[in-house]
Amino acid sequence: MPARRPFGLTRLFGAFVLAATLTGCAGGVLDPVGPVGANDAEILIDATLIMLGIVIPTILLAFWMAWRYRASNTKAEYLPNWSYSGRIEAVVWAIPILTITFIGGLIWIGSFKLDPFKPLPSKTPAVEVQVVSLDWKWLFIYPQQGVATVNELVVPQGTPVHFSITSGSVFNVFFVPRMGSMIYAMPGMVSQLYLQADKPGELMGESAHFSGDGFSDMNFKVHSVSAAEFDAWAQKTKAGGAMLDRAAYAQLARQSSNVKPYAYSAIDPTIFQAVASQKIAPAPGPQPAGPGHAGREVSTGGNR
Amino acid sequence: MFGKLDWSAIPFNQPIPLITSVILILGILGVLGLITVKKWWGYLWREWITSVDHKRIGVMYMLLGVVMLIRGFADAIMMRTQQAVAIHSAGYLEPEHYNQIFSAHGTIMILFGAMPLVIGLMNFVAPLQLGVRDVAFPTFNSVGFWLTASGALLVNISLFVGEFSRVGWLPYAPLSETTYSPGVGVDYYLWAVQISGVGTLITGINMVTTVLKMRCPGMTYLRMPVFCWTTLASSLLIVAVFPILTATLAMLTLDRYFGFHFFTNDAGGSPMMFMNLIWAWGHPEVYILVLPAFGVFSEIFSTFSGKPLFGYRSMVAATLFICVVSMMVWLHHFFTMGAGAAVNTFFGISSSVIAVGTGVKIYNWIFTMYGGRVRFETPMLWSMGFIFTFIIGGLTGVLLAVPPADFLTHNSMFLVAHFHNVIVGGVVFAVFAAVEYWFPKAFGFRLHAGWGKAAFWFAFIGFWVTFTPLYILGLQGMTRRLQHIDVEAWRPMLQLSVVGVAILIVGVICQVIQLVVSILQRDKLRDETGDPWDGRSLEWATPSPAPFFNFAVMPNVEGEEAYWGIKQRAIDTQQLAPEPDYRPVEMPLNSPVGIYTAFFSTVTGFALIWHIWWLAGLGLFAAFIGFVVFAWRDVHEFEVPVEELIRVERGRRAARDAFLERIRQGEGAPS
Ligand code: HEM
Ligand SMILES: [Cu+2]
Repeated sequence: MPARRPFGLTRLFGAFVLAATLTGCAGGVLDPVGPVGANDAEILIDATLIMLGIVIPTILLAFWMAWRYRASNTKAEYLPNWSYSGRIEAVVWAIPILTITFIGGLIWIGSFKLDPFKPLPSKTPAVEVQVVSLDWKWLFIYPQQGVATVNELVVPQGTPVHFSITSGSVFNVFFVPRMGSMIYAMPGMVSQLYLQADKPGELMGESAHFSGDGFSDMNFKVHSVSAAEFDAWAQKTKAGGAMLDRAAYAQLARQSSNVKPYAYSAIDPTIFQAVASQKIAPAPGPQPAGPGHAGREVSTGGNR
Repeated sequence: MFGKLDWSAIPFNQPIPLITSVILILGILGVLGLITVKKWWGYLWREWITSVDHKRIGVMYMLLGVVMLIRGFADAIMMRTQQAVAIHSAGYLEPEHYNQIFSAHGTIMILFGAMPLVIGLMNFVAPLQLGVRDVAFPTFNSVGFWLTASGALLVNISLFVGEFSRVGWLPYAPLSETTYSPGVGVDYYLWAVQISGVGTLITGINMVTTVLKMRCPGMTYLRMPVFCWTTLASSLLIVAVFPILTATLAMLTLDRYFGFHFFTNDAGGSPMMFMNLIWAWGHPEVYILVLPAFGVFSEIFSTFSGKPLFGYRSMVAATLFICVVSMMVWLHHFFTMGAGAAVNTFFGISSSVIAVGTGVKIYNWIFTMYGGRVRFETPMLWSMGFIFTFIIGGLTGVLLAVPPADFLTHNSMFLVAHFHNVIVGGVVFAVFAAVEYWFPKAFGFRLHAGWGKAAFWFAFIGFWVTFTPLYILGLQGMTRRLQHIDVEAWRPMLQLSVVGVAILIVGVICQVIQLVVSILQRDKLRDETGDPWDGRSLEWATPSPAPFFNFAVMPNVEGEEAYWGIKQRAIDTQQLAPEPDYRPVEMPLNSPVGIYTAFFSTVTGFALIWHIWWLAGLGLFAAFIGFVVFAWRDVHEFEVPVEELIRVERGRRAARDAFLERIRQGEGAPS
């Protein structure tokens, strides 16, 4: 048996890459809990591997070439006028074109397969959730259950969730990294997104588009629970609490940040449409509070 | 009387901007005082401020770029440290500061750092390489520079009068509309970028005209060095897309100043349109930056391999290909807006197709080294660092251009790592390489090699230690622009990144030391021959530093690699070409119109930001007067006497004769 090589440089490098990827994986976009995230991640990894197949040899070639033809190496041939070779030129164009053809195929197939607006195949009908991004919190309305939550999302595992997403103020992006695809929340428009969580657990959700001073607090908890637990949760929520009507919405739409999660036991079912169609006007921006500074905005969001 | 301006605009109660401002103001006063005491004003005014010499303007652009790079780097240090300490805590920067810092960082780095550096290079190098004495419109050139400086000044004034934009380096509507951003921050951004944008457009027009119309005899298109081609491509892009930026920002200005509804989120405004328009400029903008960088590396690989560039025509084709295609990819910045699968497919593929052009270039640089004698001087180190860094940046760029992958990484730290990978690894490395390479041509002595190499290694390692963690953070789901962080798992990588920043700081210090040491040892580092690197294009045919008229007689180009040909002929025949017949040369007169215009543009911009309408009117009127006076001047050139030409040219010939003599004695090429 050949003797084992001691801890070589390549091994060290490999160990580093492995460690880095592991930390990168746990809890991130490469550690998906559902089909959308899994498919996205697979495409990301496939594209990376296709490109690494060509990028690593290219980098090695570059350093080999530089080393081999270093000025002090007088043994290497010296071709001071060599500057053209039709064959090499052909190869040099062909390699990137081929690589990008592969990637192009991946783009084509992936874009259609993972169009966020496309429903997920499933026997169970999708749960409807209407999402409104506000300054600086998320409102989730469950029209089928007749409840709503702020900064907290509960989804039944194994069931597709159909998100209809709009914004009551500026742009945001609705993103639950471990569930998969993100999509913009835009005033006056409704984006569609289908996601599904197949594992139970607590996930992190956030806004992936800067929206002002309270932006850092625009994250929300996602609870992926069993279907029974989901129903129980809906019943419990219905049992008591405030109602999301126009007045409550107007209150909520005012700028505030670091809002602790809470729920509404009942909803005005027209609210989402009214926000999306701007029958309810977009939220006001910062309101002057106390003595201002010339030209400086007085912020209501911000530090805790 | 003073519009919105009053004493509360000064941040008396905020220690960080206040202290920074005081230090800055004291620093500026110190420099001005020194100039006054040393009686340098006359010299500065005559030789630099009013100069219309493309080399002087180029150097001033670079100086502006370097100063802004340092300012932007200070912002970066604050951002990285804030994120490393603000985990489950508020950190030391409140959101209103943190948000200004990242907005200023991006704006300054791209528009007032990288752009002046790249434009400075094009200005300095292209006319020399084309074998001409100046750019097409020398005075216009000076106006362009001073307008850029005016924009940079406005951004920095916002530090201590009012505030800067808090909405990012691109003022995305509707956040940037008055409803959500009522302060003067966005107005500072708008006027600073508008004024400097006019300056950039002027440069674009100037450089396009110069390359198309001002080549020396025999310099056909396909004999131009690749740097000139990339200058042309980059300037064409400027001319094509800067008007989009100007129009877009003008529409936002109308929204903010007159209550229009182009991009508001109510009354029929379309914020989505803002995204489209700003990226229709924004994506080509990154290629405006990186194309000249490709030009720099083409020159360096060829020179330091002692060989012509491999596949010159491929290189030119790839440049023009990138130039055109870069205008058809903008939607990749918002795949996640839900445009639909077909649209995403189109823009995903068009974006990755750009990587074909880039890939071809990389192979051509690699094959340029094949059969060469590669000298690892500092510019070559930066170039090898570039190859490695840029390939990875291109890979992650293509990943982001795959819509489903972008659905996971859009606006994440992964994206942040991607664009720093290409902009630092591509543009900034190119600028540092170029400064090492062309410094002797500007100042007559080389930069100290040891400190340059140290700077490279610290920058290269520092870069990777800073940005690799950001890639990982992106994959961990961390989005960009967070002022504080609630996810414990992100802590290790955020802190590791700060280690990288510390290494980068050492790199910056090395570079400062390099400059100081080089100035102190300038006699030892003197470039006597005008050709310190055994160069191949025409700039090396001039003495170092190049005289203001560049060439005593216009060179006559007889092939590719113009100067290489001339040099080889001299070596083969063991003598220089016969002394030509000297004729007096007409050169443009200096003109204060640039600084005059910029002064009143700054005043007007400042007045508009603060709604001081009478001052804005006054500023515009004064600028108009200057324009009229300039238009009516009737002497705009002067004659350089033949004796002056002969003096400079004989000096150069003597140096070249000495060089031939050294070769005869078997000492080989100059070092
Ligand atoms: C191989 C070619 C490249 C491809 C395919 C590519 C692709 C992309 C994509 C898809 C994005 C948007 C990602 C997102 O927001 O989700 C992006 C962002 C960006 N890229 Fe590249 N890129 C390439 C090269 C470059 C180069 C050469 C530069 C600069 C010199 C550059 C600078 C940037 C910048 C500044 C951003 C982010 C802007 C922002 O959102 O603030 N890219 N790139
Ligand atoms: Cu782009």
